[in-house]
Amino acid sequence: MRSTVERGLSQFSRRGDACAANSGCGRGQVRQRLRMKRLAWAFLPLILLLLTAAAGWAEERFPPPDFTDHQLPQTVVPEGRAAWMEYLDLAALTVGLSLASYLAVWRRSRRGLFLLALASLAWLGFWREGCVCPIGAIQNVTLAVFDPGYAVPAVVVAFFALPLVFTLFFGRTFCAAVCPLGAVQELAAVRPLQVPAWLDHALGLLAYVYLGAAVLFAATGSAFVICRYDPFVGFFRLSGSLDMLVLGGCFLVVGMFVGRPYCRYLCPYGALLRLLSKVSKWHVSITPDECIQCRLCENACPYGAIRQPTVDQTVADRVVGRRRLAALIVLAPLLVAMGAWLGTRMKVPLSRLHPSVRLAERIRLEETGRVEGTIDASDAFRNTGRPVAELYREAFEQTRRFAVAGGWFGAWVGLVIGAKLIHLSVRRRRTDYQPDRANCVACGRCFWYCPNEQARLGLICPTTAAEHEGHKVQSD
Amino acid sequence: MSNPDKKLDRRAFVGNIVRGAGAVGLGGAAVVLAAARSRAGDTVWQIDPNKCIACGNCATYCVLDPSAVKCVHSFAMCGYCELCTGYFEPEPNALNSGAENQLCPTGAIKRQFIEDPYHEYTIDNSLCIGCGKCVKGCSAFGNGSLYLQVSQDLCVGCNECAIAVACPSEAFRRVPADEPYLLKHREQSG
Repeated sequence: MRSTVERGLSQFSRRGDACAANSGCGRGQVRQRLRMKRLAWAFLPLILLLLTAAAGWAEERFPPPDFTDHQLPQTVVPEGRAAWMEYLDLAALTVGLSLASYLAVWRRSRRGLFLLALASLAWLGFWREGCVCPIGAIQNVTLAVFDPGYAVPAVVVAFFALPLVFTLFFGRTFCAAVCPLGAVQELAAVRPLQVPAWLDHALGLLAYVYLGAAVLFAATGSAFVICRYDPFVGFFRLSGSLDMLVLGGCFLVVGMFVGRPYCRYLCPYGALLRLLSKVSKWHVSITPDECIQCRLCENACPYGAIRQPTVDQTVADRVVGRRRLAALIVLAPLLVAMGAWLGTRMKVPLSRLHPSVRLAERIRLEETGRVEGTIDASDAFRNTGRPVAELYREAFEQTRRFAVAGGWFGAWVGLVIGAKLIHLSVRRRRTDYQPDRANCVACGRCFWYCPNEQARLGLICPTTAAEHEGHKVQSD
Repeated sequence: MSNPDKKLDRRAFVGNIVRGAGAVGLGGAAVVLAAARSRAGDTVWQIDPNKCIACGNCATYCVLDPSAVKCVHSFAMCGYCELCTGYFEPEPNALNSGAENQLCPTGAIKRQFIEDPYHEYTIDNSLCIGCGKCVKGCSAFGNGSLYLQVSQDLCVGCNECAIAVACPSEAFRRVPADEPYLLKHREQSG
């Protein structure tokens, strides 16, 4: 113990002149200062606060020695990922999308799609560890639109736009075999059950709400919620916080019985793709020939995306339907207005996701004495010397922005609900079993099970298929 | 309406227009965004050492375990102190490399005698967990030559850095990928 102090002292006395120059202390004071130092550890937070406040002289308390025969080592920092690797990812995405579109729409190969999904899972999922992905890119693009100071990388913009363009022409082939999140759920869907239509439609709205929320929080620069609550990224990295892994595990367990729960009910990018897929130029078709209405595809589809042939309506039904549609068209703007009003009322809770607002609230609580003590964030803020009034003003400004943004968000939710109700009330005529263009993720199970397809591939004899169907219809 | 073929044609025509407009719009918007906003190129996450308060969140909030944040040592700023407050516990039994004397929970700092009374401190990156205990000690009583940086070979570049969200002093920010470190230099301090 004694020797420690002695040696520590010797160090200080060697630096005596530097010390004296700094604070004018003599040799005797050095000893006292060392004792003080012991004390100082106990009051470390306070000292730290004072020292950082006086950062001008805080650095270089001990002038670096001038060595005669010792070479100072260089500070080495490891290099990051090379830029060309990102373009490799982009190339992989393009190849993946092209291949998926070809396999789904023309080659009609479920096996090919499945293998491609595994490859994507390996590349974009486990090797690239789930980042960069088009789902999260929504937020980067939004932030770039709303914040001129944020530079969005060109690769991220391409990751956002490419699958959208492909969907516009080939349907959701991105979901089928390129998206790693889709692939992992595709693997998990071992015993999918049919979700009742009403529940399926209702839960499907969540994705649009999530999309709206993601855009809201990204546009205000508060948070990237999609990335924060990405359920599978923990698996891709084989690490992560406990709640992230538990969330992912829950999704996989649910995904065993409800096909692709994240894609169908939450994925915000999927919500965009649904809209675009509706008007796609080409799309997966179930049968290569005439539909024999065997319903095998409907059984095979784990995602509830096969629509049945419609039955003709009676005149009375048609009148009721028209009235309902007219009422809903009147109701929709009301829903939008109500959503917008509710959204502006939500500004305070919504704005709490913004770091400045959170900090301002905390500082306010401390200043008014409603909470005891300080936290790291409030200490750090006070160290910057920024006036508190300025922080309050910024927080107030943010809250006002959230009133506007919340209004848009609420209007969006109202619009989504209104549009869904109208969409459900519009009658369409279908004579055959057809994939629902919005919900179909082009996984290829429907044509894989289609007897006509099996006959086309020469796996079964066409007549056998027809006879088999005949039996089935009779037994029904 | 009477001729179903005509109706189909009209539908296909409208569909083509919608698709064409969508593709052109999307592509155009993407190009405009990429051209206007990405002149700065790619960015990576980094810690501003002047804002960092070494709270310890870097060790616990990173999605990686151990964290991608490591301690960096700017040797030119180091005082080569014998009693290094970044290396030793507040009340060390002895000024030697005994584990009980060290501040670092993983013993990631190597202490080497150079000449009386100077000692050199080197970080073993494979052991460092980015807890910032040494950083706190060094910046409180020393020159602040030890500080935390995001190790770019480990960082997976999350879209929203989990540590940045948890950082109490807003020390995390995106920096250009071609200059991915915010290193301290001697000129800066003096």
